[in-house]
Amino acid sequence: MKRLDKNCPATFYSRREFVQGLVAGGALFGLQPLINGAWAAPTGGGRGTVLSGTEFNLSIESKQVNFTGAPRIATTINGTLPGPTLHWRQGTTVTIRVTNRLAEATSIHWHGIILPYQMDGVPGISYPGIAPGETFTYRFKVAQSGTYWYHSHTGFQEQTGLYGAIIVEPAGGETIRVDRDYVVQLSDWTDEDPMRVFTKLKVHSDYYNVNRPTAADFLRDASRKGLRAARDERQMWNEMRMSPTDLADISAYTYTFLMNGNTPAGNWTGIFRRGERVRLRFIGSGTQSFFDVRIPGLKMTVVHVDGQDVEPVTVDEFRCGPGETYDVIVEPQEEAYTIFAQSMDRTGYARGTLAAREGLSATVPELDRVEWLSMTDMMGAIGVGMAGVDQGGMSGMSHGGMAMDHSQHAMPGMAMGGAMAETKAGAMGSAMAVPSSQVRHARTEYGPSVDMRVDMPRTNLDDPGIGLRDNGRRALTLADLHAIGGPLDARGPEREIELHLTGNMERYAWSLDGLEFGNSTPVHFRHGERLRVILHNDTMMTHPMHLHGMWSELEGPDGRFQARRHTIPVQPAQRVSFLVTADAPGRWAWHCHLLYHMDAGMFREVVVA
Amino acid sequence: MNAMMQVKRLNVVALAIAALSITPVWAQAQAPMPGMDHSKMPGMDHSKMPGMDHSKMPGMDHSEMPGMDHGAVPGMDHGSPSAPQPGMTGMGGGSGMTDRSAMQMQGGSAPPDARDPHANSGGHTLDSGPYVLPSTQRIRLADEHNFGALLVDRLERVDARDGNATAYEAQAWFGRDYDRLVFKAEGDIANGRLQEARTELLWGHAIATFWNTQLGMRQDSGVGPNREWLAFGVQGLAPYWFEVDATAYLGNNGRTAMRLDAEYELLLTQRLVLQPRLELNWYGKRDTALNLGSGLAEGTAGLRMRYEFTRQFAPYVGVEWARKFGETEDMARASGETTKETRWVAGVRFWF
Repeated sequence: MKRLDKNCPATFYSRREFVQGLVAGGALFGLQPLINGAWAAPTGGGRGTVLSGTEFNLSIESKQVNFTGAPRIATTINGTLPGPTLHWRQGTTVTIRVTNRLAEATSIHWHGIILPYQMDGVPGISYPGIAPGETFTYRFKVAQSGTYWYHSHTGFQEQTGLYGAIIVEPAGGETIRVDRDYVVQLSDWTDEDPMRVFTKLKVHSDYYNVNRPTAADFLRDASRKGLRAARDERQMWNEMRMSPTDLADISAYTYTFLMNGNTPAGNWTGIFRRGERVRLRFIGSGTQSFFDVRIPGLKMTVVHVDGQDVEPVTVDEFRCGPGETYDVIVEPQEEAYTIFAQSMDRTGYARGTLAAREGLSATVPELDRVEWLSMTDMMGAIGVGMAGVDQGGMSGMSHGGMAMDHSQHAMPGMAMGGAMAETKAGAMGSAMAVPSSQVRHARTEYGPSVDMRVDMPRTNLDDPGIGLRDNGRRALTLADLHAIGGPLDARGPEREIELHLTGNMERYAWSLDGLEFGNSTPVHFRHGERLRVILHNDTMMTHPMHLHGMWSELEGPDGRFQARRHTIPVQPAQRVSFLVTADAPGRWAWHCHLLYHMDAGMFREVVVA
Repeated sequence: MNAMMQVKRLNVVALAIAALSITPVWAQAQAPMPGMDHSKMPGMDHSKMPGMDHSKMPGMDHSEMPGMDHGAVPGMDHGSPSAPQPGMTGMGGGSGMTDRSAMQMQGGSAPPDARDPHANSGGHTLDSGPYVLPSTQRIRLADEHNFGALLVDRLERVDARDGNATAYEAQAWFGRDYDRLVFKAEGDIANGRLQEARTELLWGHAIATFWNTQLGMRQDSGVGPNREWLAFGVQGLAPYWFEVDATAYLGNNGRTAMRLDAEYELLLTQRLVLQPRLELNWYGKRDTALNLGSGLAEGTAGLRMRYEFTRQFAPYVGVEWARKFGETEDMARASGETTKETRWVAGVRFWF
């Protein structure tokens, strides 16, 4: 088995066999979904499970799997992990009968699909869930097209395997012409009971952090940079009792990262012929893992994000968070390429191969070095100017971070002290053209549930995030995304809602506005209104925020429309905003898509009425 | 003022080090021993506790003192990048973050105009309003569930001057993030007999980001007469990652006591951890039956090196220095007991 990067401190603590997993891990179910439908690629045979049409029967059942050498019980759909890819056609009405053959309740949520709230599949909000032995029939009209996915919204079933891909073909046929079309679903697997994982995090939130700063690191830094510099670098972290290496709460210490249900050793392979245009539909189904995806030797052209066509942008690398989807076009010329998706905390990777024929593989890159979170991640805009405490990777951040200045010029009459959380349009006139820069922490952010607040957030969208800054590769940023066709609703926002992403890492408590779900009240959207939502991240982690039922139309700090998303990653100390048209009556879930954050209470209900 | 406090804190640490002859590891830590809020310790008569002069009290955590509003600096324009943040000066030259700006990011109390987190609810709740499911079906997440854990910090064989003993220290909890039942036990067994044991049952309540108050009962048992106490204390994490447990006790016949336990974990590598530990016990009143005088009575400083085979199981070896102070020391000397002792320990730390 291949060792982890020798330079990577994780080596010391890694369970190497877990990083690679078993070659035959996914083979229990037969080979994995290899999307190669006739609509896209007449050549090559599809071997995976793809279900097409308008009538679907899905059976949720427990099944033994073995990814690491230890047999475990997974929750599967029709016996596979991931479940079958559902191929729908825009404009049709689909009927999906989901039968629960588990001993516990289950559910399926259609992630990113616009539908009536009763069909959204969130137990306790949309419906009671699906009891053991019961069949629930979902029926809705498919109004959109693109790449999406589905997963359980019950307990930790998403962690134990209950997810699959959805491809909706446009009513008039695929508009992006390619020769091959593959789903690349990235996920994380643990042999542990997810509830045990959660309990361990409650006891020691750094349980899975295998890159905690050590005395050995300190001595190395001191000899390299001088004692004082090494000490200063650590002072604030230690004073604040926060860890600069808290990049992912759960690492490869327990996780095996999967690509289409295959371990790295299992090496999922997509076949191409030289000169073909290949579409790879990346789906972030990691429950707690961001993946940094690249294909060494190939440029990737991002054409479609969260099911929406975007103006093509060519990159070397992109970060795919839980809930997000990214479709890229590649044109491979060589024999074989590695699809490399390293976890954001650099402890492991999912891996597959694009090959001219079966059985080939290419070099698998080493994991990147672990980078400490920077001042920018901790303090937002203040950190941008702090060259002296640069801990690496902050250059390239100097522009754009101060966009607040701009917004203030645009809002000459706007008093900064007033009740800005919800400002009425009208009197303010064009004040709503740009998102408010006035930071207003909730009063519930001053208690035990919150470990830090950011007073001067950064609002720039052109930061690829920790670990991707200045690594010599062109990484995708939110600023690169421009949805084709503009916003769905030309109206400006009538009002603004501010919501802070909060947590206390030491207690492993996660919340919004300092309030966990159980103590919260729903957020009310007035039916038909167009409003602005500001997400302000008061933590040092990136949170992929997923609003059900309605599109989140991401805008820049200048109020200009960027892209239509169902899941918006908000980086540490960052403040982003989006517009939403409240056209979907009902109750909807709105949460961080890191499953353990969601379950900890980083969750709100939205009432559209 | 902060600078002054810092100097004082350092002095206290230095004094403690001198008094206890601890290894300089503590000095290197250059941090406060932490986190006590005297106003919250009822029933303590400070005047009767030598060494408890307030000026010498270490390390209160200002960032978390309610009523101190570091967050809202009047007239500060948060939105404008041109307005320098107080406390941010001196950061450019590579010097670390100052105390003050760190405080602004943590703790404090809400300014009067802080946002109402329910302002956008439109009067709806999770259990009422349009499209709501019956309350029994409502989604409930982990914040409404109980968790629990048992942590055995020390289970060790002690090689002392007057023979071997077995010592233990454990803590268990059950409940939620901000309110939980806490059980603490510490004691030692020698010659097949429980020599000394402290057992506490407490209600732990989160009061600040890193701090919990604890209120409950303590029972002492062993070879001497049993003692019962009411307990009130704080447990938490002080800046620089010091784990602190400070509790005041009120017993029968006007007895008072106080116990301070502080630990630090120095990660030599991801698995090899050096853990300095300090424990001090004060008593407000002489207890002749237990050979305890009033004032600072006992102190223990330990240094343990453990190897974490897993994060949950780690054997260790260590050394501990224990000594008695003041009146207790005199009483021990008079009855021919040792007053200072170096002990070797070997044991395991585990939790689940």
